[in-house]
Amino acid sequence: MIDVLFIGLSLSSILLLVALGLAITYGAMGVINMAHGEIVMAGAYVAVLSGIWLKTSFYVALPLAFLAAAALGWIIERLVVSRLYGRLLDTLLATWGVSMLIQQAIRLEFGLTFLGIHIAGLGTGLQNVAVPAELQGVVNIAGVELNAYRGFIVLVTVVLTALTWFIMYWTSLGMKVRAIIRNPKMAAACGIDVRKVNALTFAYGSGLAGVAGVMMSGFKGVSPDLGSSMVVDGFMVVVTGGLGSLIGTIMASGLLGETNALVAVATNDILARAVIFAAVILVIVLKPEGLFSFKRR
Amino acid sequence: MNVSRRHLLKAATLGSASLAAPHIVSRAFAAEPIKVGALYSQTGNLAVAEKLLANGVSMAVAEINATGGILGRPVEVVVEDGASDPKTFSEKASKLIVKDKIMTVFGCHTSASRKAVLPIFEKRGAMLFYQTHYEGFECSRNVIYSGAVPNHQLANYIPWIVKTLGKKKFFIVGSNYIYPREMAKVSKKLIEAAGAQWVADEYLELGHSEWAVMVKKIKESGADVVLSNVVGDSIIAFYREFKNQGISQADIPICATVTSEIEIAAMGADYAAGSYTSFPYFMSLDMPGNKSFIERFRKFVNDPKQVTYHSLEAAYFQVFLWKQAVEKSKDLGAEGIRTGIAGQSYEAPGGKVTIDADNLHCWLTPRIGQWQADGQSKVVDAYPHPIKPLPYFAYGETESNLFCTSKGLDTAKLKI
Repeated sequence: MIDVLFIGLSLSSILLLVALGLAITYGAMGVINMAHGEIVMAGAYVAVLSGIWLKTSFYVALPLAFLAAAALGWIIERLVVSRLYGRLLDTLLATWGVSMLIQQAIRLEFGLTFLGIHIAGLGTGLQNVAVPAELQGVVNIAGVELNAYRGFIVLVTVVLTALTWFIMYWTSLGMKVRAIIRNPKMAAACGIDVRKVNALTFAYGSGLAGVAGVMMSGFKGVSPDLGSSMVVDGFMVVVTGGLGSLIGTIMASGLLGETNALVAVATNDILARAVIFAAVILVIVLKPEGLFSFKRR
Repeated sequence: MNVSRRHLLKAATLGSASLAAPHIVSRAFAAEPIKVGALYSQTGNLAVAEKLLANGVSMAVAEINATGGILGRPVEVVVEDGASDPKTFSEKASKLIVKDKIMTVFGCHTSASRKAVLPIFEKRGAMLFYQTHYEGFECSRNVIYSGAVPNHQLANYIPWIVKTLGKKKFFIVGSNYIYPREMAKVSKKLIEAAGAQWVADEYLELGHSEWAVMVKKIKESGADVVLSNVVGDSIIAFYREFKNQGISQADIPICATVTSEIEIAAMGADYAAGSYTSFPYFMSLDMPGNKSFIERFRKFVNDPKQVTYHSLEAAYFQVFLWKQAVEKSKDLGAEGIRTGIAGQSYEAPGGKVTIDADNLHCWLTPRIGQWQADGQSKVVDAYPHPIKPLPYFAYGETESNLFCTSKGLDTAKLKI
């Protein structure tokens, strides 16, 4: 039973890794960021490229991907998203376009394929990220054999969640972000530089996606469409948990991940997937504001 | 201004005639190129695999042109993009056949895309060359199937697993669509015939990569061997999860029918080391033709690390089989190809291949490879010669009792 719960926990962690960034950009800032999956993918490519070109290890890719993805997010926010605040559907369309741009940039090696130049690690093919030996195989904890890589995913997720929690609730930046979530105009009136805080928040959310990408790269093959399917799961978690609620996102990913594991063990993976979708639909119908949303004034 | 309608018509006719004239003249030249289609996904999620197949076809055509073309004429490839979408495949097939008047198309990778274009080829009397190993259960007179069918991949594989590896309990796992399900159907018959048993037959959604629960089930099922018909990206996550849950390939080997050099390179060779795949062609085959093929293909795609695999080899050699057929019958139409290609043999990179005169599938040599730490396979078992393709093997077709013959499918024999 412990191993089933552990599998559920690791599924929850993967969901949370993707959803954490979304919880900030979508939940807090009201931007439907369709490019979030592509930022995850870009993070995975940072792992591929740093392995090939810098010969650095998998662990070094984690901070590198955070920085690269945060920079990418900052650029997207400045160029596109900052002009679209308050226009939910427009952000969806615009970031969808951005997501295609990023995907094709990787696929066409930033256009260099047209000139016959090939950059190792980019292009349409499947890329391979070398996983350190200690993360392969199992670790034995209290007589239970646990998958080492999944354990590492859980650990990284816990650290990132704690970090996000700390920033949101224990720093002045976090207080500003929360003020903007509640009422952007009032926050601006109180002297908060909304533009700057928004750009930073978006960059941070994207950085989290970059780390998620590195974690996924050790899990499956890296290809340009790695992220597009994950963004759906991410939105599912955020919507179930409730907009703007960090605790909601955490609880929802735990709930969905564990449900998935338990149903899959009892029946099969295909049915488990259907049950998850049914549960999300049920939540949206019965409690449209999400399971753990706070009251808006 | 007295421009009558008749004048206008006259002028228009003259004009169009003069436009058409160069075309008519060039037709008279012996060196007018023979056009063929290459219909693969150049974009979308299947582009990774299919672009390479298109390259395989293009390389074969380039080599044919370098040695004088066919019947004294050069060959020209018209490349169309199926965009990983069966509907687009069918539109582009119509375009190639109706608009470009092309009679021969090399193309399709998934069964879904092949099924989508099939009616067009049959209605318009064109010929499709299909190179991917597939589930069988098809007997079209307008397709030349150069890839493996289930009896190539499984007929020697299952008995070998039972006898040589000494495995008795199979866990069958696959992606949830027609190919893995048909492969499982054939496997079960063979497993029971070999005196072993199967303990589970499970599926994961196509393209999904969350294997934790499935691998846990494998671990607890008591199975001593896994038969994998998993396809695509899922393969990589599957082998990684397998190792990460602490299962050793020595205890419970994965015996796959789809995992090729491509996926091994993408997952990291150490995850697959010790597992098996059954294919007629492996990159590691020690044959002079193969060495040169790998070298030429790497040069052609401008990538010194490019791997070669079964479908790619078949995409390449099918063009030469088409060439021989056309040269024999001196007819570019589907009927000419059909009569010309029956019994036609070619020395492919992986050894001799022959198109069967009965069902237009390909005689191939079944081989079993064990994956090594360097990402290449070691052939541990091989047939001494190519064997006859039996597309209805799952339904009881044998060499002495054919369901699919040159007259088409004998539906009376088919009991589902």
